Amino acid sequence: MSPNDPLMTSLALDVAHLFAGGLVVVSFMLLYQDRMTAVINIFALHALVVSLSVAWQAAIQDAPHLYITAAIALVVKAVVIPLALHRIVMRLGIHRTIEPVVGTGLTMLAGIGLVALSIMVMLPITQQAGTLAREDLSFALSVILLGLLLMISRRNAVSQVIGFMSIENGLILAATAAKGMPLVVEISVAFSILVALIVIGIFLFRIRERFETVDIHLLHEHRGEQP
Amino acid sequence: MNVTSLLLVPALGAALLALIGDERKAAWLNVLVSFLTFGCALGVLLGERPSPGPFLIVDDLNVVFILISTLVGFTTSVFSRSYIAHELEVGHLTHAYLRFYHAMYQTLMFGMNLALLANNIGLMWVAVELATLTTVLMVGIYRTPAALEAAWKYFLLGSVGIALALFGTILVYLAARAVVGEGLDAMAWHILVANAAGFDPALLNLAFVFLLLGYGTKVGLVPLHAWLPDAHAEGPTPISAVLSGLLLNVALFAVLRFKSIMSSNPAALAPGPLMVTLGLASVVFAALMLYRRQDIKRLFAYSSIEHMGVITFAFGMGGTLANFAGLLHMVLHSLTKSAIFFCVGHVAQVKGTQRMAEIRGLTVSHPTLGWSLGLGVVAIAGLPPMGLFMTEFLIVTTTFARAPALAIILGVALLVGLGALLLRLNGLAFGDPDGRSDPDTASFLPIGLHLAIVLAAGIWLPPALVAWFQYVASLLN
Repeated sequence: MSPNDPLMTSLALDVAHLFAGGLVVVSFMLLYQDRMTAVINIFALHALVVSLSVAWQAAIQDAPHLYITAAIALVVKAVVIPLALHRIVMRLGIHRTIEPVVGTGLTMLAGIGLVALSIMVMLPITQQAGTLAREDLSFALSVILLGLLLMISRRNAVSQVIGFMSIENGLILAATAAKGMPLVVEISVAFSILVALIVIGIFLFRIRERFETVDIHLLHEHRGEQP
Repeated sequence: MNVTSLLLVPALGAALLALIGDERKAAWLNVLVSFLTFGCALGVLLGERPSPGPFLIVDDLNVVFILISTLVGFTTSVFSRSYIAHELEVGHLTHAYLRFYHAMYQTLMFGMNLALLANNIGLMWVAVELATLTTVLMVGIYRTPAALEAAWKYFLLGSVGIALALFGTILVYLAARAVVGEGLDAMAWHILVANAAGFDPALLNLAFVFLLLGYGTKVGLVPLHAWLPDAHAEGPTPISAVLSGLLLNVALFAVLRFKSIMSSNPAALAPGPLMVTLGLASVVFAALMLYRRQDIKRLFAYSSIEHMGVITFAFGMGGTLANFAGLLHMVLHSLTKSAIFFCVGHVAQVKGTQRMAEIRGLTVSHPTLGWSLGLGVVAIAGLPPMGLFMTEFLIVTTTFARAPALAIILGVALLVGLGALLLRLNGLAFGDPDGRSDPDTASFLPIGLHLAIVLAAGIWLPPALVAWFQYVASLLN
């Protein structure tokens, strides 16, 4: 793509902003879900949007290594982790339960406030950074703050993990918008490992706990002991 | 001595330890690898400084941190050998977990050395994340519900902290890119500090807020400290010692690096007042919380929050004298706190509990252990003649000349903390012993070594050491 073509450049920016803005919208969608399976599906959409956004950045910045980051986001976060989470949720029988700490309306209002805040904070101070980075960064900060809001407004582990992963998507958006930043791929790999460990963590934490209780119960009965 | 040896030795050690099944050999190998790493650190200290590469750097600041980190890493491995042998005997840990534990111990050392040596803000971030992850895994190693919950809490809060720190790192890169140009140069420390004067101050300000909150979570500054007491109390005691003595320092080191970028830019927000506020809040909060503790490891975890607050406060005040006192306080706190955790680990083993109400009369039932713990608590409470008295005295007096109100708050908070610690010590060390009392198998070498250094520092500091620390302190301005 020729960088000197003004029409293409403005189209390229518009598409980049479309994806980044879409990510903020999907973050809002995460906030008002009341069923666990729906939250996981919306998160898969979140990861899909971020991977499209990164792939588009790779194309317009002429940075092929970013395709790796996009592929990781697509495979790990849009497919593998949602499947694993669905499995956990089914095994634990918690697919209907979401325990919000405050009501959905209040959470949405707080979310709108956070987006306004991040735009007001980021836009004036990133004037040097170029149009692309400038608006993507304010969207990225919105996604990060909405992710934090999701983490504190839900009680169960799976929702908290999804909140954390949406924060991570916001960070990847920010890192790719900072044109030419080294180590983005390495950082996204490090993050994927972190997320994978978290998911394995809840899997082991909940499932093992159940199996171990059952085991100990059996053991006591076998040996004629009362717990 | 080559700098990469500091990374290669623990990395190879971790790989070897993952393969060795026999736990006695593994424990000895762990000690050996840690000792070799310490040797490498001495070599780096005494050898010629290599010029900064794209990824690694040795300068006067990180050499202090590396030296204390590898020293405490080595002594903790010695303590770990006797601690782990006992845990295996009573069946708290199985062989498979033990192999995992030793491999993780060296991975943690690798992560911390990499974070300290990194000349790249992205690489440092990855290294701090690696160090955090390994400690999370080790905190949950006993697999009791309490340990898993502590690990989970640490994991979530640590991850949020690390996410905020990454956003700050990206903003610093953006600020640097406009001046230095794209690529690795815009993330290298020595280039960032040299060019910081030209960076956009507004971008730097925002970045520093994120970095301070992000890495501050790992330092355990109030109000981001919630993970710290749980992680200290529920994990194996060698890990509590390494967490308090080393990992908190590594996170603080990251904050200091970014602070020096901020200070090099005259138009940017002064980082001092932010650090002073967080530090003072930590000291006051932790000093009050010390009174309500019932678990011995939680007590000393809160004491770590207090001391990290003191150190952050000192660096926030700035000036050569305060920086000097802060740096020395950090080194002495690492030594004292790890010595205390070594004692506490053995105490919890001989008494079979961590509840302070059930531990009495240690100086009667286990004289060496009891008196060592007593000496450690006297040191950590900041009483003369131990070294921490001198550094706290320096910090309070130098603050008094510049901001009397802050000095009074700090001084009163330190006295309140001292009262709580002495009150607890009275119950733990004196009176009639009761309850379970197994013979101790402690190795007193690490405890004695640490406390001797802290005592010596309180009485007489070698002029060469003073000159070295003063030079580093002046660099931090």
